Amino acid sequence: MKHRLGFAGKKLIRIALLLLGVSFVTFLLMSASPLDPLQTNVGQVALGSMSQEQVEALLAYWGVDTPPLTRYAGWLGDVLKGDFGTSLLYRRPVLEVVGERLSSSLILLLSAWILSGILGLFLGVVAGAFRGRLPDRLIRGYCVVISSTPAFWLAILLLLIFSVWLGWFPIGMSVPVGMESSAVTVFDRLYHAVLPALTLSITGVANIALHTREKMADVMESDYVLFARARGEDARGIVLRHGLRNVMLPAITLQFASISEIIGGSVLVEQVFSYPGLGQAAVTAGLGSDLPLLLGITVITAAIVFGGNLVADLLYGAVDPRIRRGAAKS
Amino acid sequence: MEPILKIRNLSISFKQYEKGTKQRKIQTIRNLSLEILPGQVAAVVGESGSGKSLLAHGILGILPYNSQMKGEILYDGRTLDKKRAEELRGREIALIPQGVSWLDPLMKVGPQLFKGKKDAQTKTRYREALARYGLGPETEELYPFELSGGMARRVLIASAVAEKPRLVIADEPTPGLDERTAVRILGHFRELADEGAAVLLITHDLRLALTIADQVTVFYNGETIEKASPEDFQDIRRLKAPFTKALWTAMPEHDFKAAEIEGPGDVGGDA
Repeated sequence: MKHRLGFAGKKLIRIALLLLGVSFVTFLLMSASPLDPLQTNVGQVALGSMSQEQVEALLAYWGVDTPPLTRYAGWLGDVLKGDFGTSLLYRRPVLEVVGERLSSSLILLLSAWILSGILGLFLGVVAGAFRGRLPDRLIRGYCVVISSTPAFWLAILLLLIFSVWLGWFPIGMSVPVGMESSAVTVFDRLYHAVLPALTLSITGVANIALHTREKMADVMESDYVLFARARGEDARGIVLRHGLRNVMLPAITLQFASISEIIGGSVLVEQVFSYPGLGQAAVTAGLGSDLPLLLGITVITAAIVFGGNLVADLLYGAVDPRIRRGAAKS
Repeated sequence: MEPILKIRNLSISFKQYEKGTKQRKIQTIRNLSLEILPGQVAAVVGESGSGKSLLAHGILGILPYNSQMKGEILYDGRTLDKKRAEELRGREIALIPQGVSWLDPLMKVGPQLFKGKKDAQTKTRYREALARYGLGPETEELYPFELSGGMARRVLIASAVAEKPRLVIADEPTPGLDERTAVRILGHFRELADEGAAVLLITHDLRLALTIADQVTVFYNGETIEKASPEDFQDIRRLKAPFTKALWTAMPEHDFKAAEIEGPGDVGGDA
C-alpha cells in the first residue's frame, strides 16, 4: 500500500512539473513570435482607419501592452483556480472550445490510434518472425519509406487520389457541407474521418512495426524459443504462444507512447483535410496569437499524453507476472 | 546391442562477419565421433564457451542459420537429417537445457510443458513426470522466475521424461547448483539411463561427469583429444592428452596424488 501511495505521489509531482514546463515553454515561444496579433487578426487596412483609442483598446484586448511575465503569472493563477480563460479568437471559454474540438477529433484520433496499433503489431510480428526473408524485407521497406514521408504530403496524395480522382471520399470537413447539424449521422462523421484517419495510421504504423519487429526478432532468437523448437513445437505455435506473449509488453508501451505522435500528426493532417478538430484549432490559435487557447490546447494534450504513459505503466504491472506477483509478495 | 546414436566425423562451423564484409569461419567442432548404446551415459567434456552446445543443437536440427554441419549422424540405425530430427525432437529425442532462461518468462510452467495441448492424457503424463521429481501440481501455476535453480532443473528434466525419450541430451545441466543438488540432478540422468534411455551429457565439469558416465569424450579447441572410460581416470598414466591430464590434476582430490606420480617418473628418467 505504501508502495502504491509513493507511486501515485511521484506521478503527481511529475505531471505538475511537466505541465508547468510545457505551458511556460509554449508561452515563451509565443512571446518570441514575430507575429503582431493586431496586424494578423485585424489587418493593416482596418487598423489604419481606426482611431487611437480603438487601437489601444485592441492592444489591451490582445495583451500586447502587458509585460509577458505578468501575463503568464496571471494565466497560471487563473488556471490553478480552474479557469483556463477565454479564447481571444472564438470569444468563448477555452475549455468549451477545446472540449468541442476534442470531441470532433476523437473519432479521428481513436480510429487512427487503434488501427495503427493493431496493424503495426501485426506487421512487426510477421517481419520479426520472418527476419531476413521476403515478408520482412517488404514490410521493412514499407516502414522505411513511410517514416521518411511527411504526413501532410501523404495526406495531399491520398486526397488527390481518393477524393479528387476517384471521388470515393469527401475532400474535407468533418460533416457534409450545407447539411443541418441535426441531420448529420454517425455514418457521415465516420465517412469524413476515413481519409484523415488513414493518413495518420499509415504513418503511425511504421514506427510501431519497426520497433515490434526488433523485439520479435530478439524473442525468436531467445533460448526459450530454441527450447520450444527442441521440444517439437511448430513455427506457428511458437509465434502465437511465445512470440506474441513476449512482444505484448513492449507493444503496450509503444501503443501508448504513440498517442503523442497521433496527436502531433493530427495537427498537420487536419489542416490538409480542413477537419475542424483540435489540431486545426491549435494551428489557428498559434497563427492568430490566441494565447489562452493555445496554452489550453498544449496543456490538455500534454496531460492526455502523460495519461497514456501512465496507463501503460499500470498495464505493465497487470500484464507482467514478474511485476504483478513480485509486488504481491513484497 | 545397436547404438541408438552414432556420430561419425561430425564438424560444425559457423560464419561470422567481422569489420563489415569480411567473413570469418569459426570451427567449433571438428571430426567428432561418438556412439551411445541404450542404457549408457556418454559424457562430452569441454571447456566453457567451446561450442559444446552446438553439438546438441546439431543433433536436434536446430542450429542457427549461419552454421554448417558436416559428417554423419545416425539415429537408431538411420540417417538423422533435418526433417527426421524435426519429427523426433520433443518425442524420442529430448533436450534438457541449462537453466531457467530456457523457459518462456511470461508463461506458467504448466501450459508451457503441455506445449499448447489441453487433453487430459498429456496433462497426466506431465503431472506424473513432475511428481517423479518431487514437484506437486502447484508447480504448474508458477512462473519461471518463481522457481529456484534446483526446481527449474527438475522441471526441465520432467519436461523431457514425460515424453519417454529414447535419447536424452543434457546440455550443461549443473552450473549454478550447489554440490549436493548437482549430484542429485546427475543421479536423475543415471536413473534415466538405467531405465533404458541413452543419455548424452554435455558438460565442462569432468569430475561430476565421471560420477555417472560410462564413457567420456574430452574435446579441446574443437578436436576430440581423449576417449576414455571412467576407470581410465583412476590413474593418470592411462590418460593420453596433456589437456585431460591437466583437467585431471585440477580435480581437488587428485592435487596431491598428481604430484606424486610425476615425481617418480622424473627420477626414473634420470637413472
